[in-house]
Amino acid sequence: MKLQVNGTVHELDIEPDMPLLWALRDELNIKGPKFGCGAGLCGACTVIIDGQATRACQTAVGDVKSNVRTIDGLGKPDALHRVQQAWLDEQVVQCGYCQAGQIMNAVALLETNPTPSDKDIDEAMSGNLCRCGTYPRIRAAIKRAAAGQQTGA
Amino acid sequence: MVSIGKIARRTFLVGAAAVAGGVAFGYYKYRQPLENPLKKGLAEGEATFNPYIKIASDNRITVIVPRAEMGQGAFTTLAALVAEELDVTLDQITIEHGPAAPAYYNDAALREGAPFPAFDHSMVAETVRNAMGVVGKFLALQMTGGSSSLADGYEKMRLAGATARETLKAAAAQKLGVPAASLKTEAGKVIDAKSGKSLTYGELALDAARIDPPSDVALKPRAQWKLLGKPQPRKDMPAKVTGQPIFGIDVQFPDMLYATVKMNPQPGGAMKSFDAKEALKMRGVKKVIAIDSLYGKGFAVIADNTWRAFKAADAVKVVWADGPGHRDDAEAKKILAGTIAAGGGFSLRSSGDPDKAFADAPREKLVEAEYYAPFLSHATMEPMNATARLKDGVLDVWSPNQAPSVIKIIGARLTKLADDKINVHTTFLGGGFGRRIEPDFSDYAIRIAMETEGRPVKVTWTREEDISHGPYRPAALARYRARLGNDGLPVAVHGSVASPSVMAGMVGRIMPGLPTAGPDNLILDGAYNQPYKIPNERVDGYKAPLSTPVASWRSVGNSFNAFMHESFMDELAHAGKIDPLEFRRKLMADYPTAIAILDKLKTLSDWGKPIDKTRAQGVAFTLSFGTWVGEVVQVKDENGSIRVEKVWIVADPGMVLDPLNFKAQMMSGAIYGLSAAIGQQISFADGAPQQSNFSDYDAMRMNQCPDIIIEILENSGHLGGAGEPATPPVMAALANAIYALNGKRIRSMPLNGEISFV
Repeated sequence: MKLQVNGTVHELDIEPDMPLLWALRDELNIKGPKFGCGAGLCGACTVIIDGQATRACQTAVGDVKSNVRTIDGLGKPDALHRVQQAWLDEQVVQCGYCQAGQIMNAVALLETNPTPSDKDIDEAMSGNLCRCGTYPRIRAAIKRAAAGQQTGA
Repeated sequence: MVSIGKIARRTFLVGAAAVAGGVAFGYYKYRQPLENPLKKGLAEGEATFNPYIKIASDNRITVIVPRAEMGQGAFTTLAALVAEELDVTLDQITIEHGPAAPAYYNDAALREGAPFPAFDHSMVAETVRNAMGVVGKFLALQMTGGSSSLADGYEKMRLAGATARETLKAAAAQKLGVPAASLKTEAGKVIDAKSGKSLTYGELALDAARIDPPSDVALKPRAQWKLLGKPQPRKDMPAKVTGQPIFGIDVQFPDMLYATVKMNPQPGGAMKSFDAKEALKMRGVKKVIAIDSLYGKGFAVIADNTWRAFKAADAVKVVWADGPGHRDDAEAKKILAGTIAAGGGFSLRSSGDPDKAFADAPREKLVEAEYYAPFLSHATMEPMNATARLKDGVLDVWSPNQAPSVIKIIGARLTKLADDKINVHTTFLGGGFGRRIEPDFSDYAIRIAMETEGRPVKVTWTREEDISHGPYRPAALARYRARLGNDGLPVAVHGSVASPSVMAGMVGRIMPGLPTAGPDNLILDGAYNQPYKIPNERVDGYKAPLSTPVASWRSVGNSFNAFMHESFMDELAHAGKIDPLEFRRKLMADYPTAIAILDKLKTLSDWGKPIDKTRAQGVAFTLSFGTWVGEVVQVKDENGSIRVEKVWIVADPGMVLDPLNFKAQMMSGAIYGLSAAIGQQISFADGAPQQSNFSDYDAMRMNQCPDIIIEILENSGHLGGAGEPATPPVMAALANAIYALNGKRIRSMPLNGEISFV
């Protein structure tokens, strides 16, 4: 089967019911999306498909027909996406394990809603668990990225 | 006055380990300087000055931070200790965890664990603390825990930087033909102001490494610090916002196999039989093997993909034997209560004569209460995992762990290889909270690697396996009673705390064979060592014979004792008709550090000022890991459900080396504690834990997260920890706020057993 990830098409000979997460991690060595719960409860595996934040652990690879965006294709340390830059500016991260999923979820939010209210942020982000408790800084980073998006900074 | 001899006999379990360590290694070994492990494996053009610093001719400067970076910021703040004295910027250095080696022993973890309150600086207390530090060196215990990293590294790592700096200056002095004292250092260069010449550390490194380092160097006074005391951007942040493969679970090799384990969910239970016929027919499955470890009995599936291993593990038919432990929560509570009833507890500190004070207490002056805290899982975001390879007589283990020296011991035990044939690579940790001190996940990976003919194998646990298996934070039960005086303040307080021993469990798992009898002060941490002055006071500890494996969990004994002790203090304040914050001010009047915190809290939170009927505040205070913390929680009634609206934290760690990171740790600790207090428990039925994923073991989410306001004070005069001290008081402050709101006193965690939360 074919699977497009961050613009690159890969040929895979795997079971169509394999979760996208494990196709990415173990078959394609794309390690950005993280395994957290395997049940769609924590958001650590979040990727973006067709503009939607999607839990890769709950998506069968055979059902994926569009390009999959992961954090690995979002930005690099020397050319960060504005959401990543906002994460750095707010010094959001602690252990960092959930943050790839948090960032991808925030990117999807801001692409559909460039000026989210606190309530919008709560609704979009509450499926993403963080055990270090970085939520207040995540909220600040989303607002910072939204403001930058508005001014084109 | 308790004699040192008496304390040595009755002191906590690492005391017992000390004796064994002394016998095993002999006194002479303590006197020997510890070998620099970086000497082995230097690259061409690279020099090392001590176990913390490597400098290469091309000016690459590597700083070793031998404590696990698990989110607490150790990488940045510990490296800053070295960089400050070495006179380099944080941009100039690369930070590594380094190898597992005796040179990286943590003596502060044990020193701070001595059975005395942090404010006790008596000769007895200091003598025992120093003895504990020696034990740390004897055991060469390299571990991250007890919020001890900064206290441990504060001198060692600054000295490492200063010694290297002076050695580099000596080399420059020889080259330039000027006295070393006339030279200055800045941003990785030695500068001769007179001639205007300068040499980079890289140009000097190889020559400098041949010079004997000076034995006495002066450390910079605080006023000259450029990095310490100021917020530094975290060095691990860029990799973490770009999804780099830095965690244990990201380890990858071309010929790697993938495995998972399924262990008996009943702690200590055997595996009667397993049938892997169907599993072995499944795509990608290579092998199914039994695992018979001290840490669990079960099986592993080895496959060519993690998901295939998970799927095949579900297809294995297995018959578990019952474990020896309690069958359900009612039995656990009965055992805890029975331990207290049977008597024979231990105490570590007392004042006056509480027994006498209670003997003639009038009934109407007595206050009594019983509290309960459940078993808890750590639930780190990164599920347990480790990768191992046993090839050509060398064992390599890549493990997100808090205690690499323990993995070496276990690797040697399993493979019979010599110490120098075992390499432990500590990756970044997707959360630790004490869980990753435990050796089980590394032990299983090593056992599985012994079956893969030299191929590396990554062993990933499912979330279900992670949550339904301990070691857990222990359950605990406490009974408190007090006699109030006519002024409403307590004349006498007596507590009895029963819990299984974390220290006995950890010593038993890490160093089986060492004696684990004797008291465990972790059972009383947060109860016996608080800065309250009560004329007649004693808290007795009881080691409960619950066999469920228990471990350190962020703030250890403080995590349940603070809830119980601080809830009881609140009950006393209300019974004595004194404002709860004022009540604490009165009882802590001898401790200016505590008073300053309470006063600051009062101002910040507008404590005592009337708010509307739907809102109320609760206060609590805990001194743990050398840091004094007061917290106020404000709750709001939203249509019958409780919202945690605001938290104010005032903390005094004596000195703050990175204020931004310290505040992040306070926030993190409070949210971790709120998660547990609101809704977490591991309950048991038919001998097995009932929770298995975030569906039934959830934590605080974005939409529940309160505003958190943090203030730092620096009065205590002792460098305290950051990772844990905010966790204990928040649980009691929440329960106390709920009481203030609606008069409902909840004495059992989690609180959502008795009230709903948004």
